[in-house]
Amino acid sequence: MINDVWILATASLVAISCALVGVFLILRRQALMGDAISHSVLLGIVLAFLISESRSLPVMLAGAVIIGLITAWLSDTLHKVGKLQSDASIGIVFTLFFAIGVILISLYAGQVDLDQECVLYGEIAFVPFDTIIWGSSEQGLDIGPRAFWMISVVFVIVLASILVAFNRLQTVAFHPSLALSLGINVVFWHYFLMTLVSLTTVASFDAVGAILVVALLVIPASSAYLLASTLKNMLWLAVIYAQSAVLIGYALAYALDSAISASIAVTSGVLLGLTILGLQVHKIRLRRQGKATLLEKA
Amino acid sequence: MTQTTRPSPISVNNLNMRYQYKPVLTDVSFEIPEGKTIAIVGPNGAGKSTLLKGIMGLEPLMEGEVKFFGEPLAQKRLATAYVPQREEIDWDFPIKVMDVVLMGRHGQLKLWQRPSKLDHEIAEQALKDLQMWEFKDRQISQLSGGQQQRVFLARALAQQASLYLMDEPFAGVDVATEKAIIELFKNLKAQGKTIVCVHHDLNTVGEYFDWIIFINARLVAAGPVESVLTKENLNKTYGGRLSLLNDLTEQMYRTRLNQAHKHD
Amino acid sequence: MQEWNLIQQPGTWELLIEFWSFEDMNALWVLMGSILLGMSASVIGGFAFLRKRSLIGDALAHAALPGVMMAFLLFQTRDPLVMFLGALTSSFIGFFLIDWLPKNTKIKPDTALAITLSFFFALGLMLLSHIQGLQVENKSGLDKILFGQAAAMTQQDITLLAYVTVFILVAVTAFFQKFRLIAFSAIYARSLGVPVALYELLLALLIVMSVVVGLQLVGVVLMAAVLLTPIAAARFWSDQLTTILFLSAFFGALSALISTQISYLAPAMPTGPWMVVSLASLFLLSLLFAPSRGLIKRYWQQRQLRQKVSEENVLRTLYKLYERRQFEQNDFNIADIQALRSMPTDMLKDTLKHLCKKQMIRESMRGFCLSKEGLEIATQLTRRHRLWENYLNQYMDLPADQVHSQAERIEHILTQEQEWQLEAELKNRKSDPHGNPIPENTEGMSRDK
Repeated sequence: MINDVWILATASLVAISCALVGVFLILRRQALMGDAISHSVLLGIVLAFLISESRSLPVMLAGAVIIGLITAWLSDTLHKVGKLQSDASIGIVFTLFFAIGVILISLYAGQVDLDQECVLYGEIAFVPFDTIIWGSSEQGLDIGPRAFWMISVVFVIVLASILVAFNRLQTVAFHPSLALSLGINVVFWHYFLMTLVSLTTVASFDAVGAILVVALLVIPASSAYLLASTLKNMLWLAVIYAQSAVLIGYALAYALDSAISASIAVTSGVLLGLTILGLQVHKIRLRRQGKATLLEKA
Repeated sequence: MTQTTRPSPISVNNLNMRYQYKPVLTDVSFEIPEGKTIAIVGPNGAGKSTLLKGIMGLEPLMEGEVKFFGEPLAQKRLATAYVPQREEIDWDFPIKVMDVVLMGRHGQLKLWQRPSKLDHEIAEQALKDLQMWEFKDRQISQLSGGQQQRVFLARALAQQASLYLMDEPFAGVDVATEKAIIELFKNLKAQGKTIVCVHHDLNTVGEYFDWIIFINARLVAAGPVESVLTKENLNKTYGGRLSLLNDLTEQMYRTRLNQAHKHD
Repeated sequence: MQEWNLIQQPGTWELLIEFWSFEDMNALWVLMGSILLGMSASVIGGFAFLRKRSLIGDALAHAALPGVMMAFLLFQTRDPLVMFLGALTSSFIGFFLIDWLPKNTKIKPDTALAITLSFFFALGLMLLSHIQGLQVENKSGLDKILFGQAAAMTQQDITLLAYVTVFILVAVTAFFQKFRLIAFSAIYARSLGVPVALYELLLALLIVMSVVVGLQLVGVVLMAAVLLTPIAAARFWSDQLTTILFLSAFFGALSALISTQISYLAPAMPTGPWMVVSLASLFLLSLLFAPSRGLIKRYWQQRQLRQKVSEENVLRTLYKLYERRQFEQNDFNIADIQALRSMPTDMLKDTLKHLCKKQMIRESMRGFCLSKEGLEIATQLTRRHRLWENYLNQYMDLPADQVHSQAERIEHILTQEQEWQLEAELKNRKSDPHGNPIPENTEGMSRDK
């Protein structure tokens, strides 16, 4: 029972953090960069592992942020220097980083506490068993799962960034040139957002793996985008969509005996589908009403 | 050029810009007077918007410099308000009219500061000046083209700048908005502010503006309407580009000669 | 320890020799199959790249996953054809979704791609995890399509792979003209009466097919790179579409060769990542070393240009000095030159050395003097410089003090024809805006020929 609580708490924090960051990603038209960074972060994690031989929180976060920023920077440079389309340069960079990550995992299978499975699904069901023990290892206090604390830290960072820099993030996302004309450093905020994406993906890694996190970044935020009239609204809606996906997806995973992380991602997609369906029906009804009134007038 | 005691609101010196290898603007230099309405006029693809963006530092200059009241842009950012072209704005963005106008105040605020009561009052006044107050809670996609334009003018107004740079504010707006913009110009001019607009309608340019800058990949003429709005200048502006100048400048960018030269 | 290893298992070399003696028929088949795949995917990916939809392959590969799982769940078989059709169906649904979302909702194209990709992938994983919990036969190996494993391919897989890839290559060859036209400009193609929608659909079908057959070799996650990276690398080598496509097919084949070798040597290794790494290495090599567009070549050209510019500048300065002395005294030292042109002394000395070597100048009493050839070129440069100043003055209404810096550069690239054109367009061919005379063109000057 207590394990279920830990799993749900971790999954919720993961989904909510992703949704919050995802809102800015899709507004900035950087969804593909989010996809790229979430793939590349794998390499960051593996390298951090191999170099420091520890899974300590700061090391993992640092590794992920460095690789995430390198991905963003390299894609941009390749676009400029190699005169490639920007999505092509993104594609070349992240596939390479991800491939190296996978190769390193299979080369050092013994040393790295990772396998291809967990890259894909994460292992949220095992989250409760990998706990942090406060104090000495024998009589220390078990304060809960490592993954939970990691995502908690990242969640606080994401939330604080949005609260403090809401206006800046809004202006930059809305109209970069306008932001520039107001003296806002658009490049800085771009890389700031990329840092948040890297932090969120690495903290979500244990729970949902490197690829499903894309779904959590993009899908709840898109559902919210369809309905929201203000940015604040959109953030709240994204959180609600994310949280609903976690609860429904968790139940679904039990019912179908399927992976929890995948079920959550699928549920968020289904919720988006339902939202679109609702909007389409609404649109058709409006059109019919419009026609009806036109006919009445005629 | 005009010699005033105060430095000109904008002085452009030897400005060169390009798109990939194609020269967009070559050797443009001019100064504008303060407290006037100024139109940038030229055919499609003449580099009007590019000039405005270059001046605002939104697109890189290959060469040249721009001074605002005799100082670099960084010192005069907030004294300069920019109104982008309507097509460049993401109208689907989830944001309300009031929030857009308040963006005009963000430049003055620190990172963590929220707009104060005073900021709200300024934004309110700006919206009222453009008869948009009743729409303050609308999402921007629910406005007509003219209303959208007025929102962005209100945003610029809320910045309380002394220099306004606008990219085609009259493009595709209704009569009411056109009148509102002209009214706004009058008020701003009465306060001694300077307005620079990219303008595409030759029929109205003499009526709405005091000064004209004719552009066609280069500066053709700049001066008061009565002296530069001549048949000769119009012919020069709309008479096609200088092919030799164009070809050679393009080749210069392609071979990156300008960089090779810098190191001498 | 090492000896024990040698006895227990054959070394790398022995394995390689064994491979290339083609004793292991299966290995040979895998090799052929993967080379075919590398070629067809690179070529078809090339068109996606030219249509500016580089990442479409990524989305389609991810979208294939639930199709495979669904096909397995429904038919309980691992027959390659069934898997193939399942994957094809779900990829196609993904393709339409990517198209439909931005057209009918506010969702932007890049987000639509990311949504489709991640949702289908999640669905596939969910089904896969469900299958793994079921008590059914031959479910093992389904997860191999995530990263690809050449060693796990069966004879049937490879036969299907061969058919499909050959079909793709034939189709591309047959419709090459049309595809090229559409890639160049879809609107133009439509204006010519080409049924663009039909061909786009065909192209999409070919992309989906190559993605789907590639899954077992490269895997869902990295299939994008096989479509994208070869063409991106090949583009550095040529401007000719056919050459680019042949090259990218070659890169695709080469990377397939490398990765199947590795997979043969270490069967536990997934093939896909190795293929991506070898492709990326080819890309990096192209980026650096390609003959016309490579970075090194570009850097080299820039250096040569810089040297040419400084040589010509010194020549022109010598001419100016010569002119000031009424063409009587042709003998100047470094201080004279630097009085007219600011140039670091080291660089100036270097340039003078180069000019001496080219016999443009000779050492003389005080320092240097212009040789006959040097004088000819210096005259021509000065002439072009001053003609251009006149042009700017006449046509751009630039005052005399603003024309110099522009002319400083243009003088280096003006060709003979442009010089003639310039002469024809100018009113004043006698003197420049500063009042200096424009030298006459001397006979036999054919530097640009």
